[in-house]
Amino acid sequence: MIEWLVPEASTYARDIDWLFTSIFLTVGFWFLLAQAVFFWLLFRFRRRDGVPAQYITGEEKAEKRWISIPHALVIACDVFLIAATVMVWRNVKQVLPPADETIRVIGQQWAWTFVHPGPDQQLGTEDDVTEVNELHVTNGTVYHFELTSKDVLHSFSVPAFRLKQDAVPGRIITGWFQPTTIGQYDIQCAEICGIGHALMPARLYVETESAHAAWLRDRQA
Amino acid sequence: MSHDTAAHAAAHGSVWRRWVFSTDHKVIGCQYLFTGMAMAVIGGLMSYVFRMQLAWPDAPVPGYGVVSPGEYNALVTNHGSIMIFWVAMPVLIAALGNFLIPLMIGCDDMVFPRLNRLSYQIFLLSALVLLGSLAVPGGGFGGAWTSYPPLSAKGAYNLTPYGAPLWLVAVALEFVAFLLGGINFVTTVMNARAPGMKASYIPMVVWMIIIASILFMASVGPLVAGAVMLLFDQILGTRFFDPAGGGDPLLWQHLFWFFGHPEVYVVLLPAMGIVAEIITVFSRKKLFAYNTVLLTAAGTGVLSFLVWAHHQFVAGIDPRMAHLFTVTTLLISIPIAEMTFVFIATLYGGSITFPTPMLFALAFIAEFLIGGVTGIFLGSSGTDIYLHDTYFVLAHFHYTFFPIAIIATFAALYFWFPKMFGRMMNDTLGKIHFWGTVIPFNFIFIPLFITGMGGDHRRIYSYENFPMQMTPFLQELRIVATVSLVILLLFQVVFLFNFFWSLFRGPKAPANPWRANTLEWTAPSPPPHGNFATMPSVYRGPYEYSVPGRADDYWPQHVAN
Repeated sequence: MIEWLVPEASTYARDIDWLFTSIFLTVGFWFLLAQAVFFWLLFRFRRRDGVPAQYITGEEKAEKRWISIPHALVIACDVFLIAATVMVWRNVKQVLPPADETIRVIGQQWAWTFVHPGPDQQLGTEDDVTEVNELHVTNGTVYHFELTSKDVLHSFSVPAFRLKQDAVPGRIITGWFQPTTIGQYDIQCAEICGIGHALMPARLYVETESAHAAWLRDRQA
Repeated sequence: MSHDTAAHAAAHGSVWRRWVFSTDHKVIGCQYLFTGMAMAVIGGLMSYVFRMQLAWPDAPVPGYGVVSPGEYNALVTNHGSIMIFWVAMPVLIAALGNFLIPLMIGCDDMVFPRLNRLSYQIFLLSALVLLGSLAVPGGGFGGAWTSYPPLSAKGAYNLTPYGAPLWLVAVALEFVAFLLGGINFVTTVMNARAPGMKASYIPMVVWMIIIASILFMASVGPLVAGAVMLLFDQILGTRFFDPAGGGDPLLWQHLFWFFGHPEVYVVLLPAMGIVAEIITVFSRKKLFAYNTVLLTAAGTGVLSFLVWAHHQFVAGIDPRMAHLFTVTTLLISIPIAEMTFVFIATLYGGSITFPTPMLFALAFIAEFLIGGVTGIFLGSSGTDIYLHDTYFVLAHFHYTFFPIAIIATFAALYFWFPKMFGRMMNDTLGKIHFWGTVIPFNFIFIPLFITGMGGDHRRIYSYENFPMQMTPFLQELRIVATVSLVILLLFQVVFLFNFFWSLFRGPKAPANPWRANTLEWTAPSPPPHGNFATMPSVYRGPYEYSVPGRADDYWPQHVAN
């Protein structure tokens, strides 16, 4: 359902959207059922002259069944949702596939800095390519990112990738993504970081290999 | 009774002594109520200003002017702080707890009346400090109600060198006030119950306020410690939360959410209690499975301490921790679902009428269900990656908090108004207010679920820099939400008119206008100082409605047979 509003542009975007839809259908069923029963009871048992209310304590076993059976079914749904969640989380945040390339992402009040390793494929060397508020990546490449902040908390959010990770000063947090769709997307800061919080947009360019190589050549020239 | 008579005698003196420095639990309850209502007006108007900015970016807001980014941050921060700490808690717990507990358990006042007065005075001071923090150089604090450091810890980062520490002092004072109040509530219910008032005869709303008070007392310690550390960081230059000095920003998040999540249940449980009282009266039914409700409330309380890190899935914690907190978070759906089923089951076989308090109580159930089920999306770590800090969270949060803090509170006010002030409110105006509140409420927050799914992050004063968020579709949804908010706010004028008009001109209320069972309805309306003409004895539980073989469909707790 999220994909109706935001394109899926990374490999795990589809996993997260699938999980969202699964939860929607599961809880949606219970929600509609509970509301239907609720409104039906309100209609069915509205006051009528000469019809007194029934005296039901709800303490008898047979009566409690009316809440314990739905309850058991809710637990079954919980188990299903927990299993699905564990799978998706492991895939997105816990087990990182081997990287084709590692980039560095640095948040600060109020800009993003992206550092590419350059031709030697090593970060922290002279040929690193640094870009502010623009991230250029190659479609299909598995990227690891090393995320940090220079001052306050920021959050590196790429809605089209379904990627979000807070940047914490003093820590380097590693994550990954693999773009699947060529295009331009928003990068946002998702953690309030001061008065410039809304003025911290960056642009993500998912490019073909040749376009990316051309951009890199351009930047090194 | 264990409390001193000198305090009582003082309360019979001048108007000043009777209304300002009174130790009467009912007066203190009303003081909390009126302060909470005043703060609600301020908090509500703040939401008007920032929602107008979101709907029509950078256009002057009628009655306010152009909203700068700093002002926007201060408005959202203080709206959140005010609505939770200065509206929900004082009204649901302090006002209703103070007013109802002694009346419902059949005693003449709180066990520590002077402590009670002190609690209100500290609370009032905290409110004044908070409002003062908006007027100091640099303006009010704008680092969100969660106040995450390092942003909140340094004036150089948040640009509110006075606003931030004052905000924190206000919050800390407010906590002290509620600690004192909570001690009073728990002690009073333990020691001052009327003869015959067994634990299983205590009305559910009293139980819920007690469980909430215990939850609050057990959770607030870490946050008070954190607040002192953060205050030191702000004004003494310590670095508890600054990695450059060996501190850790995530430490604050753990301390904050260890308090912050139970806090949801601190206000939820009293709201659940209110709903239990009202739906039993207006369906003339016994509460379904009293003991189960009590157990689930206690279970919710315990579980609420084990879920805090679901606010931190993407904060940089060890990813393995997410599984544990997903499990505990989804487990909390079990007691909450059970409580909701109990309320729905209570309606079965009833003889249901729909005066204003009942409409609000029923709306609480219907709306809170949406808040409950949407919480699953956020408790699931997998979907939280995308939804975290989007408007989906905000909409979910308001679908839990609005029913709690606004809808349940209105239910309580319409229900207990006759007892509080001795006059009836106008039911027709009440119904107009009901529909004018509940319908626009849904039109504010359902669009925001969609903008959240569309990737709108919170606390961004203008989306104009984000092309993907500035589509006509998303902008139209923002406008729908804003217009609905304005309509909702306008309908609150109906309530304020009804409230104050009824206060002075409403028809005189009988002692028990709703034919309810609990003890407060045996006292005159309004109850005099000392509450009961003769102290009641209790013979049965609070929900003996429609007992077979009795002429009346209610059987008050104090009537012997």
